[in-house]
Amino acid sequence: MGKGRFGIYGGQYVPETLMSALIELENAYQYYKNDPDFQAEFKMLLNDYAGRPSLLYSAANLTKKIGGAAIWLKREDLNHTGSHKINNVLGQALLAKRMGKTRIIAETGAGQHGVASATAAALFGMECDVFMGKEDTERQALNVYRMRLLGARVHPVTSGTMTLKDAVNETLREWSRRISDTHYVLGSALGPHPFPTIVRDFQSIIGQEIKAQARQSMGGLPDAVVACVGGGSNAIGAFYDFIGDASVQLYGCEAAGRGIDTDQHAATISKGSDGVFHGMKSLFCQDEFGQISPVYSVSAGLDYPGIGPEHAFLHKSGRVKYVPVTDNEAVDAFELLSRTEGIIPAIESAHAVAYAVKLAKELDPDKNIVICLSGRGDKDCAPIARYRGEDIHE
Amino acid sequence: MNKISDAFQNGKAFIAYLMAGDPDLETSAEYILTAQDAGADLIEIGIPFSDPIAEGEVIESASARALAAGARLNGVFDMVGSIKYKMHVPVVFMTYYNPIFVYGRDRFFQQCAEIGVCGAIIPDVPFEEQGEVKSIAKQYGVEIVSLIAPTSKDRAAKIAADAEGFIYLVSSLGVTGVRNEITTDIAAIIADIRNVTDIPVAVGFGISEPSQAAHYAAMADGVIVGSAIVRIIAEHGKSAADPLRAYIQMMKKA
Repeated sequence: MGKGRFGIYGGQYVPETLMSALIELENAYQYYKNDPDFQAEFKMLLNDYAGRPSLLYSAANLTKKIGGAAIWLKREDLNHTGSHKINNVLGQALLAKRMGKTRIIAETGAGQHGVASATAAALFGMECDVFMGKEDTERQALNVYRMRLLGARVHPVTSGTMTLKDAVNETLREWSRRISDTHYVLGSALGPHPFPTIVRDFQSIIGQEIKAQARQSMGGLPDAVVACVGGGSNAIGAFYDFIGDASVQLYGCEAAGRGIDTDQHAATISKGSDGVFHGMKSLFCQDEFGQISPVYSVSAGLDYPGIGPEHAFLHKSGRVKYVPVTDNEAVDAFELLSRTEGIIPAIESAHAVAYAVKLAKELDPDKNIVICLSGRGDKDCAPIARYRGEDIHE
Repeated sequence: MNKISDAFQNGKAFIAYLMAGDPDLETSAEYILTAQDAGADLIEIGIPFSDPIAEGEVIESASARALAAGARLNGVFDMVGSIKYKMHVPVVFMTYYNPIFVYGRDRFFQQCAEIGVCGAIIPDVPFEEQGEVKSIAKQYGVEIVSLIAPTSKDRAAKIAADAEGFIYLVSSLGVTGVRNEITTDIAAIIADIRNVTDIPVAVGFGISEPSQAAHYAAMADGVIVGSAIVRIIAEHGKSAADPLRAYIQMMKKA
């Protein structure tokens, strides 16, 4: 069995052409992970450029309105570029630079990872090509412009379902065409080893900060941490530091779209099965012949038929509970948080808000729930207005 | 069962790739026989997959057409089984791993053996992950073909030493598809492979012209042509038999 396993999940299921690049990346990461200069520069970028640490905010209005456990927001939406994606991108772009790469390529769903990648490329003076499903370029047109403004080339992907899965396919193909000067900045905690580990490590700052901030503001550990899961990068980042803390309940919220009993969802844990795709053994939405299913979510960032291998493992081990959240529940939460706290969450993060609200009602007021508010919702205003039947365009 | 090694007994091997189910399974069966009659020494049958990450546009589109026409693994098995007794050249499957994994590895390779498929090329299972398929395939006498790429460098010797059937040498970076020019130093890679094994080496990716075929055949034991054949079928649909035959005869002569 190859490297990078989480139980049976993970591995390196990629064409031979890409193997040398993965091995080069793994060796470089093993070296720089323990290099104090690299870590110091990464920390400096996170603090001085991305604006970390992000706040742990007491959502007192929401807590009062719901009437249960105290709700806290880990404000990843306040990071530069508006989401947690920048944490991983700065780490990987710095790694690519140290490896002597001059060009980065990236897939993107909602556009947040593409924007973060284009931002890092501008900062480091690197070339940047972003692959985005054509359908997503239409529902997130503003982010396409942001990427171009930052100097990146955006390539609409017209194959398959024209969403995130197809963008990953096309970025893998592009990497196999041009490897020597190019690093693939994978945006989620998925794909072939070493990506799930690298992305988790660069995102684990989220959970480390939550832990330190909770000690200050709650006087101990939170009782629950709730995050949305597409591929699962903000969730694994928020959860990782708490895995050994048995008292902290961990909840991953996946996109149930129009409901898990319809064929219009992206609920991999609820409805998926073991498979091998995008370089990893994990759980996937697929048919009995191993054809990957078209998936659906109102959120372009959660519209993915698989999940990172470490999440598949944490699900099987029972350490993390994964729950489905529908489009309607997420849109309600998007509006609720906007009106009660004056904070517009990304529609992806709104899935976590929706579940946390349900959970808060069941828990006593002396309990604390932290929601990883992974991104801000400016990008979603036009699509959600359209979802509600208002025909507005950017 | 025909064996992969049979294909390399009479001079250089011409390996033809066809996508099962494009335009439909019945016509695929006819085209496989056409390819055999036209002189192909080994037939590589593609199993359609929703997300073929190693393929260029031509084969990706063929895969999508085959799936839209209803081709699934069980149908592909039936189709190949229906011409089993007409095949005198070896047949291998080219498939992504997920259809095998989900169908069940034991069941998959057992059925391969039953219908006379003697090998499998699985592009997304590299050397490091081969253990979980090779051990099972072996029980049914099915050989797993390994790929070596221009980026393999010092991996090439390791892969070659463990190879079975033939070695699929990827001519150039990128995905499958017709190319005008291939710049990789194929001769040097073949020399490295020859140091560790006598298993035949066939070159594929980007070969469409007789001159390219002749060029690689001079260095290797065979050439693999996929996208150029799939393109003929895409253009002619159900009436591709004649152009397909003419093309393969022309390439075989080269």
